[in-house]
Amino acid sequence: MKYDPFVIPFCLGAIILAFVLIYKYFSWIFALNKTDKHKILKGIFSVRIFKAIKEVFLESLLHRKVFRVNPMLGYMHMSLAFGWLLLILGGTIESKVHSLKMFNTPYEPIFFKFFNHDISMFSGAEEFKFVMDLLLLFVLSGVSLAFIKRFYSKLFGMKKTTKLKIGDWMALTALWFIFPLRFFAESFTSGIYHNGGFLTGTAGNFFASFLPLENLTYIAWWAYSIALGAFFIALPFSRYMHIFTEVVLIFLRNFGIKSTKEYNSFSEFEIHSCSRCGICLDKCQLLTAARIKDTQAVYFLQSIRYNNLKEGKAFDCMLCGKCQEFCPVAIDLNNIRISKRMEFASGNNNFDYLIPKIEKTAPIIYFAGCMTHLTPTIKIAMESIFKESKTDYLFLDKDGGICCGRPLMLAGEILNAQKLIEKNVKLIKELGAKTLVTSCPICLKVFKEDYELDIEIVHHTQFILKLAEAGKIKLNKSDLNVVYHDPCELGRGSGIYDEPRTLINKVGNLKSISQEKELSLCCGSSLAGIQLNSVQKELVRIDTLKALEKNNPDCILTACPLCKKTLAKDSSIDVKDISELVWNGITESKIVELTQNSN
Amino acid sequence: MKNFGFSLSKDRQIDFDKSDKRIMDFVKIEEPTFNICIACGTCTATCSAGNFTEMNLRKMITLIKRGEITGVRAELSKCMLCGKCSLACPRGVNTRNVIFKINQALEKYSL
Repeated sequence: MKYDPFVIPFCLGAIILAFVLIYKYFSWIFALNKTDKHKILKGIFSVRIFKAIKEVFLESLLHRKVFRVNPMLGYMHMSLAFGWLLLILGGTIESKVHSLKMFNTPYEPIFFKFFNHDISMFSGAEEFKFVMDLLLLFVLSGVSLAFIKRFYSKLFGMKKTTKLKIGDWMALTALWFIFPLRFFAESFTSGIYHNGGFLTGTAGNFFASFLPLENLTYIAWWAYSIALGAFFIALPFSRYMHIFTEVVLIFLRNFGIKSTKEYNSFSEFEIHSCSRCGICLDKCQLLTAARIKDTQAVYFLQSIRYNNLKEGKAFDCMLCGKCQEFCPVAIDLNNIRISKRMEFASGNNNFDYLIPKIEKTAPIIYFAGCMTHLTPTIKIAMESIFKESKTDYLFLDKDGGICCGRPLMLAGEILNAQKLIEKNVKLIKELGAKTLVTSCPICLKVFKEDYELDIEIVHHTQFILKLAEAGKIKLNKSDLNVVYHDPCELGRGSGIYDEPRTLINKVGNLKSISQEKELSLCCGSSLAGIQLNSVQKELVRIDTLKALEKNNPDCILTACPLCKKTLAKDSSIDVKDISELVWNGITESKIVELTQNSN
Repeated sequence: MKNFGFSLSKDRQIDFDKSDKRIMDFVKIEEPTFNICIACGTCTATCSAGNFTEMNLRKMITLIKRGEITGVRAELSKCMLCGKCSLACPRGVNTRNVIFKINQALEKYSL
């Protein structure tokens, strides 16, 4: 057996790492509920496993989503992850072909050139040398980029990078040393025994010309082994835990396990999968506009992991969902935030007083939502459109209705929200309608996600578009130049981007803005930002308005009563809901018709 | 007594021995905008729960400030936290967090 004491740090690190990972993963999987465990068992023996493997390859190794954010950042991650894996695979094959044995000691591929000075084999020795050096160069390029990124992150499209914890720094330093040390160890060995390829061979000859390699080689191999061991031991306690956890997470997701609004051991997998890459930082308006520096998704998850979550950090987020949209690991950040809010929420509400009286029913129910009652123009426009299109509808919350439950849910009071949901579900089911139309995206999201109604649920923009396409109302295109503000709950929250835009194009000239669709900004008054103060809200609002007012449009359109009310506070330009513009168009064409008739 | 068509209000004083300011002290620190409420009542006028029942945030805040906290829990448990009051408030009181914090205080002091 090939052995030398310097392999001990590496082996020790690897063994500790393996034990910690196995212990953590099994205890988390064990803590999952029965249905989730069943899903895992079923998933392992199904085609889903191949889908998972493909996703692991694309996301954990090639880092496709990071590439989309920035190619440089993507290359850096890919060269480290994919390059390292190839280096391990290449080394394993090389050592096995060389020794012509199926099994050899597990560290031999890692320290191959130390143990095998003469690496000639029956064939392919030169090719192996070349490939292994090429891979080392690939990984080294990633390491140097990672080093540059620490000092000049703008090159990688990132204005801000994550502030690291001490454990992260230790692991990071070890990681930075691993590959340069491997390069030196192999080069020094090659300088003496001439067993290197184009990179290590050339470097070896160069070093041999002025360095006492006989003494240095052994030290370099020791240092390489220590760096590896140190990295392995620091890994489970640092952000590098994501390397393995993300792989498990991808498998669990493909087996059909979903994140819930309650914190469970699947959430543990999610928070440990965060690589603290910091892509969420630049996306967060609380950082870029409101100058809150410690609540971004990466710091939030970090504080859950190290058990020092403060209430403010859980409650100042607006849950606009932008970080989630761009998270390369696709962690359900909003759900985790809500689940943590539950731990601070108290209060057992009593909603027995809510006894709605409904005398008639109709195939279409209109639920304006609390916020729409604060912006009566939307309500009036919608009622007029219903009447104009001769729709048989019921205005469910005309004289005030039961809240949809989403505001309580966003505050982490899930049980109280559930009480309201039950009441509303019972009421809507009794009415036996076919379609539920709402003007409020906050209501829309909870109706769709938590109500389990088997009827069509649409936002009023979708409904108006349908009416227009069916010819029930005649839209009148004005020559106004308008911009559209995507409400968070409608856009990123419910994935409705196109219908409002199609509708707007029928009533005005829609101008695109720099931050729209997935990139859209939050109005600042989100019901989720419970502990934001009025100044912070204002900063977000002004930031959003700046983007909307940039090209001086005639009108800012939105599709949410809350956004409308908020933006109108500081906007110098008219802020309207789409339904209002639609109704304005209809009335104008009617006036034209009337004057023509009278003439 | 002869009916003159009006009555006199009962004599009403705050009894400092019975006044319990724990909720006020807690909320004052946790959500400072609690202090700037002028009891105008806009919150109560716009209240979603108020459509169905007696629910008066203005009265509740006033009572808490006076330290008369019996009945606060029952009254507050009707709130749906819809947030209309915080948008309507002319003083910029973060009413949703005020309610959230009163609930926490009730829990904290088991009132």
